[in-house]
Amino acid sequence: MWTYLRSALVLVVVMTALTGLAYPLAVTGLAEMIFPWTARGSLIEEDGRVVGSALIGQKFDNPGYFHGRPSAAGEGYDAASSGGSNLAPSSRKLVDDVAARVTAERQANPDEKGGVPVDLVTSSASGLDPHVTPAAAAYQVKRVAAARHVQAEEVRQLLARHTEGRDLGVLGESRVNVLKLNLALDAHWPLRGQGD
Amino acid sequence: MDANGILQILLYVALIVALTPLAGGYMARLYEGKLTWLAWIERLVYRLCGTSADREQHWTGYALSLLAFNLVGALALYGLQRLQGWLPMNPAGMAAVPADLAFNTAVSFTTNTNWQAYGGETTMSYLTQMAGLSVQNFVSAATGMVVAVVLIRGFARQSARSVGNFTVDLTRTVLYLLLPICVVGALALVWLGVPQNLSPYIEATTLEGAKQVIAQGPVASQMMIKHLGTNGGGFFNVNAAHPYENPNAVTNLIHMVAIFVLGAGLTNTFGRMVGDTRQGWAILAAMGLLFLAGIGITAWADAAGNPALAALGVDQALSPWQAGGNMEGKEVRFGIALSALFATITTAASCGAVIAMHDSLMPLAGLAPMVNMMLGEVVVGGVGAGFYGMLIFVILSVFIAGLMVGRTPEYVGKKIEAREMKLAVIVILVFPIGILGLGALALLTGPEAITAPGPHGLSQLLYAYTSATANNGSAFAGFGANTVLHNTLLGLAMLLGRFMVIVPTLAIAGAVAAKKAVPPSSGTLPTHGWLFVGLLVSVVLVVGGLTFFPVIALGPVVEHLSLASGTLF
Repeated sequence: MWTYLRSALVLVVVMTALTGLAYPLAVTGLAEMIFPWTARGSLIEEDGRVVGSALIGQKFDNPGYFHGRPSAAGEGYDAASSGGSNLAPSSRKLVDDVAARVTAERQANPDEKGGVPVDLVTSSASGLDPHVTPAAAAYQVKRVAAARHVQAEEVRQLLARHTEGRDLGVLGESRVNVLKLNLALDAHWPLRGQGD
Repeated sequence: MDANGILQILLYVALIVALTPLAGGYMARLYEGKLTWLAWIERLVYRLCGTSADREQHWTGYALSLLAFNLVGALALYGLQRLQGWLPMNPAGMAAVPADLAFNTAVSFTTNTNWQAYGGETTMSYLTQMAGLSVQNFVSAATGMVVAVVLIRGFARQSARSVGNFTVDLTRTVLYLLLPICVVGALALVWLGVPQNLSPYIEATTLEGAKQVIAQGPVASQMMIKHLGTNGGGFFNVNAAHPYENPNAVTNLIHMVAIFVLGAGLTNTFGRMVGDTRQGWAILAAMGLLFLAGIGITAWADAAGNPALAALGVDQALSPWQAGGNMEGKEVRFGIALSALFATITTAASCGAVIAMHDSLMPLAGLAPMVNMMLGEVVVGGVGAGFYGMLIFVILSVFIAGLMVGRTPEYVGKKIEAREMKLAVIVILVFPIGILGLGALALLTGPEAITAPGPHGLSQLLYAYTSATANNGSAFAGFGANTVLHNTLLGLAMLLGRFMVIVPTLAIAGAVAAKKAVPPSSGTLPTHGWLFVGLLVSVVLVVGGLTFFPVIALGPVVEHLSLASGTLF
């Protein structure tokens, strides 16, 4: 039995060195050399400070910004503690939560009369979903335009330019990156009197 | 679901079918010892371990080597977690993992389950993730592979006493198969957006002026092996739903292909090594039929959306501007079709990675993944594990066919006799013991872990014990599994589901290897045609279905019927 254990111990040590240290460290070194921006988390900087990651959603409450999806990560969009609601479809709490969000969205976007797009009132899997559907973004256009004192049509054109199609034309779904869209909004029509 | 969703599913199936002979051929060469370009590393490893490439083992010696290796690996991982607070590469200052959780996690990663009762970014240091969890991602996958290979050798060899050398098989699997694919794949993932660094967590100031701490880490390297090795243990709490683990649909495709490619390829390796590739294709066809049934149910149930939300004025309809459907616990970039596809793949294989929260799937959409696991994850399955699991069902099928015509059953030239049948039945019994036995015990002693009221609560617990026994690792994550009781019971379920399958499988391999081949006669049941594929699918469904139907009826089925009649819990 001892020979089996000795041999096993050596093999574990060898495999740890090979797959636990050499492999991840080699990939880290190569990745930081060849793809430094993505390797470091696709961070977006404005004036030298990090405002977020292009891949990670963040919280928006201001009516002048497009809003992302409800988030169950920590207190909302906590990127150090990802999480979904894990509520069952038959859960009364889920239905109550969604009902409250529907009411809030209708109040915030009084000009929209149709149904509220589902992704805008349901929590994402990660709590960090950086995207909304084009439908959910379109639902917010009039509110954002009014808050920024611009024509809705102009915001709609900006939105169209920031709508990404399916990957390779067939994979996944078309979507809008909320942070990137809001950065573009700020660049075109800065929010007045709310910069404090 | 729209035409594009169906197109994505067909595209995926086509890719896997195309890759099967390539992966299968490569693995056949690998396990026949024909690959030698890393022979110098091999020789070094063998010398250190006190063995050599030409020293073969009887199946009992092979099993002892395998068990010793898994024992030492689990102890090392346990120790690393308990000591991580004092070890380097811990910029987020993670403390020691509590004993019960460390036991559960050590068992979980050694058994290729990767059930996670913790959130990665809030519990594990970078060193634990790399030198502990990542290592077991590789070697637990390799362990599954070598067991499958031994079983294949059993059928391919004649009157043989030995079945191979564990150290050699495991080392070759890691060196020639897993590592090269992972290095290339991980770099591709970084290129497509997945981070790979050892930086401290980043503090960002959001556009609205709030602080957002963004967890970092060597994510890409772990992603690649987690899927290729059907491990499924996420770097982050929400697994591959996290935009860092899986930023877009292309990375998602890489993940999905990685999960199936080796398991599907093994059917072809088997065909080549027993000298009749049609045998491999027949097994893959049976797997494919079960797979398409699973994906069909899941996608259909989720695309319809939640009737309870429709009444509130929520727009769940498919349109050019949204995928619609049940979006609770899903990511916009994946939508319904990919989420359903991934949920089916991850439970068909014993992967357990998720891109959507299974707890929030519609009742019948959550049922299909659960059934996949209850059937023993024989639809492609975990690397190696799925293949030997399916061969157990094959043995059962030829036995039943033999009973019907009154002949001694045989498979690819080997007679299947009493000893093999007894061992196969032990394997089949593991699932009801783990899922129903330990599940019932858990329900009696620890029901407070259930967070959902009503029938969904039973589904949560059932899913947990199914996932652990089947070594899957996905969860209805609302289940509060991180208690001493469930950490222990789930740990036992994982051990049972792993080693009570592996040891009898190795014994079967040893038994059939010792037999002479019998030439096929006019009375031999052909096992490469559609008749046999149909028989195999029926046996899988009847054995799995009859065992678990009552408990399924009480969980997801009752929830579905209640929801349809407007009852909430």
